[in-house]
Amino acid sequence: MRDVAVINVGVTRFGEMWDESFRAIGIEAGMQAIMDAGIAGDDIDALYVGNMSAGRFIDQEHIGALIADYSGMASAHIPATRVEAAGASGGLAFRQGFLAVASGLHDIVVVGGAEKMTDVGDVQSNSIQATAADQEWEVTLGATFASLHAMIAKRYMYDFEAVREELAAVAVKNHRHGAMNPKAQFRREITMDTVLNAPKVADPLGMFDCSPNSDGSAAVVLCSLERAREFTDTPVKVLASSQASDTLALHHRNDICTFAGTRVAARRAYEMAGIGPQQVQVAEVHDNFSISEIIAIEDLGFFDRGTGGKATVDGQTAIGGNVAINTSGGLKARGDPVGATGVAQIVELVHQLRGEADRRQVEAEVGLAQNVGGTGATVVVNILGVA
Amino acid sequence: MAAPRFWREAPSRYNLVATRCGNCGSVSFPPRSFCPKCHRKSVGRMERFRLAGKGSVYTYSVVHEVPSELDMQKPYVIAMIEMDEGAKLTAQVIDVDPKDVHIGMRVRATLRRLGDEGPDGIIHYGYKFVPILN
Ligand SMILES: [Zn+2]
Repeated sequence: MRDVAVINVGVTRFGEMWDESFRAIGIEAGMQAIMDAGIAGDDIDALYVGNMSAGRFIDQEHIGALIADYSGMASAHIPATRVEAAGASGGLAFRQGFLAVASGLHDIVVVGGAEKMTDVGDVQSNSIQATAADQEWEVTLGATFASLHAMIAKRYMYDFEAVREELAAVAVKNHRHGAMNPKAQFRREITMDTVLNAPKVADPLGMFDCSPNSDGSAAVVLCSLERAREFTDTPVKVLASSQASDTLALHHRNDICTFAGTRVAARRAYEMAGIGPQQVQVAEVHDNFSISEIIAIEDLGFFDRGTGGKATVDGQTAIGGNVAINTSGGLKARGDPVGATGVAQIVELVHQLRGEADRRQVEAEVGLAQNVGGTGATVVVNILGVA
Repeated sequence: MAAPRFWREAPSRYNLVATRCGNCGSVSFPPRSFCPKCHRKSVGRMERFRLAGKGSVYTYSVVHEVPSELDMQKPYVIAMIEMDEGAKLTAQVIDVDPKDVHIGMRVRATLRRLGDEGPDGIIHYGYKFVPILN
């Protein structure tokens, strides 16, 4: 295996973009990343695209070829592969691109992620997102994607005597971060009261505990580290990439307040990078619901079990805290165009490690991204560092 | 969900048919062809049986933002039930004020209508849970 670097990134604004098609959104981030990297179409060896459910959202499958074509690469006939693992599609596409370059098979690979969710209504979008859970034994019986996470939250509050405000603190903090991100879907701060008094979705979760429906795309260009400086003065090295799976249905876990998938993927990633959680200064984690961030920061080893919520209330996960979590605003405020999310996490880490994060900037040499599919049935952990 | 896909699962949806591993005794619901703990050692030793239908609420949520086919029931209680035989499953808890549901609450399974395929379509049945009254 050889070392791999990110040489450039691109990301669209996230939000409801009713005037733009999937293919227009899908290529925008990729074109930014390619143009800025100063590479030409025939330098690119392969394309990987994270996408969860274009078939359900816009009645279009075969997304790999579509994105390659509309990026002007059809005549180059490069391999173009769609990667799907529900919410972890983007992080997993990044991992596939990493493996292709690390193996020596390819030198330059573009990884994109894209989703167009707002062509369908909220009720239908919720039902499409629930396909990440077990359709036969969870969803058919009345579970929604939000209610599965609400059941985790309810049990977490019972096991650790946590309070509702700990969940709300995640949303308040991520909106504060998102307000400083020009690409974020929500760029305004919210108060604890706003979160607590929002319409209920699935008790104890309200509207502000849940990430929104979003359109958007993100892209990165990967290159072997030895060639990276041909294209950029500030390559960011991929220190580790790791992936784990777990039971599809949440009820088949002994303990639902920890994701073994995250714990195992993190352990493997820390080993590969030769670091521990205390070396990570900035992390993008999968806060599709407020409770998800609390569990993630415990499972990644930043905080002990049952203390993630309290640490959030204390400001330890904010910009300026011990470890800055979701400086982009996270899924909650930056937005969550599902297949794009895992790639957008990488984009934020690259901005941070290059010192390009503007008002969101933290002092960081190492950044970690955790991307989750379903209720933890797939978890991808990628670690990046200053090269 | 298409009708054959629903009928196929009828033994477990109507009668809570599960499997018990002949090697370690652990219970899987719905049935599995081998045990997640014992793998090869359990092949051919997974015996089918009916859960007695009683259990306790492991966790729950009152659902307010619901799928369109459940709109008439909103808000409803979804729960994870830990069955007395050991397996956990997900189901609605009904015939109860949502405010009275709590972790540890004793419940039993009952066969109810889960949904249908439109006004003239087939009606699907399956398990929901009701409180066990002392
Ligand atoms: Zn066994």
